[in-house]
Amino acid sequence: MEKTLDNFSIGETGIVKMVAGEGKIKRRLFDMGITPGAEVFLRKKAPLGDPIEITLRGYELTLRKSEAACVTVEVKA
Amino acid sequence: MKRFALAGNPNCGKTTLFNSLTGATAHVGNWPGVTVDKRDGVYKKCAEPVQIVDLPGIYSLSPYTPEEVIARNYILDEKPDCVINIVDATNLERNLYLTTQVLEMDVPVVVALNMMDAVKKAGDSINAKLLEERLGVPVVEISALKETGLKELMDKAFNESKKIREGQTVLETSPLGHLIGDVKIALKGQNVANPLFHAVKLVEQDEIEAEMHKETLPMVEDFKKTYNDDIFGTDFEALVADARYKYISSNFASVLSKKSKDKTQMSKSDKADKVLTHKWWGIPIFLLILFGIFHLTFGEDLLYLGKIFSLPSLEDLGLLDEDGEAINFGVRILATFYDGAVMSPGVWINNVWNDLIVGEFFGWLGGIVEESGMAPWAIGLINNGIFDGISAVLSFLPPILVLFLFFSILEDSGYMARIAFILDRMFRRFGLSGRAFMPMIMGFGCSVPAMINTRTLADDKERTATVRVIPFFSCGAKLPILTAVAGAIVAFFGVGNADVITFSMYVLGIVTAIVCVLLMRSTTLKGETPPFIMELPTYHMPQFKNLMAHLWDKTKHFVKKAFTIILASTIVIWALTHFSFNWTFLEDEQVNESILAGIAQLVQPIFTPLGFGSQLGQYGWVFVVAAVAGLIAKENVIATFATLAACLMAVVGLDFGELAIDAEDGIDAVQAMIQATGITIPGLIAFIAFNMTTIPCFAAVATAKAELGNKSTYHWTLVFWLVASYVVAAIIYTVGSWWWTIFIWAVVCAGVVGCIIWRNKMAAKRLN
Repeated sequence: MEKTLDNFSIGETGIVKMVAGEGKIKRRLFDMGITPGAEVFLRKKAPLGDPIEITLRGYELTLRKSEAACVTVEVKA
Repeated sequence: MKRFALAGNPNCGKTTLFNSLTGATAHVGNWPGVTVDKRDGVYKKCAEPVQIVDLPGIYSLSPYTPEEVIARNYILDEKPDCVINIVDATNLERNLYLTTQVLEMDVPVVVALNMMDAVKKAGDSINAKLLEERLGVPVVEISALKETGLKELMDKAFNESKKIREGQTVLETSPLGHLIGDVKIALKGQNVANPLFHAVKLVEQDEIEAEMHKETLPMVEDFKKTYNDDIFGTDFEALVADARYKYISSNFASVLSKKSKDKTQMSKSDKADKVLTHKWWGIPIFLLILFGIFHLTFGEDLLYLGKIFSLPSLEDLGLLDEDGEAINFGVRILATFYDGAVMSPGVWINNVWNDLIVGEFFGWLGGIVEESGMAPWAIGLINNGIFDGISAVLSFLPPILVLFLFFSILEDSGYMARIAFILDRMFRRFGLSGRAFMPMIMGFGCSVPAMINTRTLADDKERTATVRVIPFFSCGAKLPILTAVAGAIVAFFGVGNADVITFSMYVLGIVTAIVCVLLMRSTTLKGETPPFIMELPTYHMPQFKNLMAHLWDKTKHFVKKAFTIILASTIVIWALTHFSFNWTFLEDEQVNESILAGIAQLVQPIFTPLGFGSQLGQYGWVFVVAAVAGLIAKENVIATFATLAACLMAVVGLDFGELAIDAEDGIDAVQAMIQATGITIPGLIAFIAFNMTTIPCFAAVATAKAELGNKSTYHWTLVFWLVASYVVAAIIYTVGSWWWTIFIWAVVCAGVVGCIIWRNKMAAKRLN
């Protein structure tokens, strides 16, 4: 099943399929390692529900839901 | 001298390595983006001394953040003899992403594999030999913290620097390999240095590059027409980034062998994180920590033990004589940390420093000068002008350092990044990102590093807005003004509570900052809320060495300031108060005939709406002088109080004991000024509010000028500070004096807000 990263629930893992979004943000996402094929794991959400914290490529990254919405992920069972 | 540049991801141990190599005390923190400008030092253990340049931490060489541009331009334009690329071994994949870009430049490169100790501790291992083979440049295992492998690293780098290296790219085998090759040849034909690097960037359609090589750009455009990738279409920027990561995953995966781990097993860092960023407790814990820091720094009643157990004061214990002085030296020491309540470590250090060290020392020096038989004006200059000024400034070194120590611990431990994570949602409402929190909270320490730190913000408008409100986060130098005036209000008028007044001034600053950010983001600095995509570093214990380095750095900076700009201004102020326009020396009593009084009386009416202008009568100008001197450096305000109060006391015949020398807390000085001028409480509050929100100091002004870049933005920033402080102080004074004026202000504010909303609506309409 495919969904965007902002719709993930805590503890879900998936493989990045596609990254959309405006140039600067997209480049930043790519530079931080969110590229097609990367495995991401939703670790937690901030106390106010946003931003979210993900684990990818062996480190922790935080991004907002609005930015996570640019990332399409294939959910792993 | 050979020059080596240190390049690497934020938070990879680069600054620690720099410190270990040079013995310098550059600022280190566990926060992505602490080194915001390049700095250099010298390494002496090679065959010849080598200059080491620490570049800002970066993830990529994209053109989107100022730090990345600084690092990129340094390597390209300044041509270091070798680039030492520090790679965090615990985070290999993402770190090598930058390495693949650095390798494209025609410069010798050595890879320093840092934090190998942490990798081994986790039971993993990295095949450095294999990594070296695959990268094609030397790889050295080091631990910057434990200072292992440094000599080998530097020797390798020294060796490499003698060679000439041509850039290589991992993109050769990618679908864009051919295009990159062709562009490179074209650029080489134009005698461009670093042709490969520029070729890749041109293919990425990097905006800086496209500007530089306009004539080669059509080549890329032509190719683009014939090309279409399944996933990325013709987005070459994405394609290049993807190709790099693909290459890294497929070629370097075998380098790292991870111990198979149970995924449910949590590391110490995970456990700490679980509590600190918890859904419910996260924010309360943050507030508690912030409160704890201020309590441990400024609390006169640690954990409220004194109140809870009704502990007896020194007077109750019969340890003071009739004059309220300690009966012996033992009691004096006791008094530094106990008087009816146990004092917090911050207050204790402060008391030891001020009562037993600075106070004694300058008291002793002053006594010698007094008896030296010099001319009265010389004694006055030395004792009241110089010594009082310096001791007033040195006296608040302790609270600044203690506060700074706590912030350093937060930063070093990695918690500061989590604060941004927790608070981002709130900051977004004001059109800022959680990252803006860091420079703002640093503002509580000092505006200068805080403003420099705004470089970690990618968005220009966010940066400008943040730089402008940083002074509203009351810095360490403003604290003595707050405590002196608040203390004097309580002592003189017998109303209120000094802590409450001080604390509410901090809150006032924060509120002013929020209001101003909202105003700017909806008028002159409109724009999208900037992105918040940030690494959260692993928690670790703060290193004692790093913390001491922070403090030493801060102390040096502060003492230098005390003995240069502040010393100069106290002397000038003293001279201006003790000479008349025809250059005759004036006794303290004749202060009203002085040059300073003459000038200050001219501008005094400007401050009437703020409560410390013409209504204060003939000595009212002292507040004007203090406020204006404060524009140079906030430390001047207290130093000026000390100098002027000495004169005023002579005039109004007050006697607070050994005030001239014993002026550390400034409370007595302010009381003398209240007595002489008859200033009201709202006037005093307005005075501190003005100081809180106005131009912070010359150092901050110079920093703002450098950081804002654009001249007109800078000029408007100065205007903004003056107007903001004037308005805030005027509101406080008028409402404090005549409560009904609050309605007038409410109407004015409503009008302004209405105008802004209306204008924005009209603008939105026009767009549609």
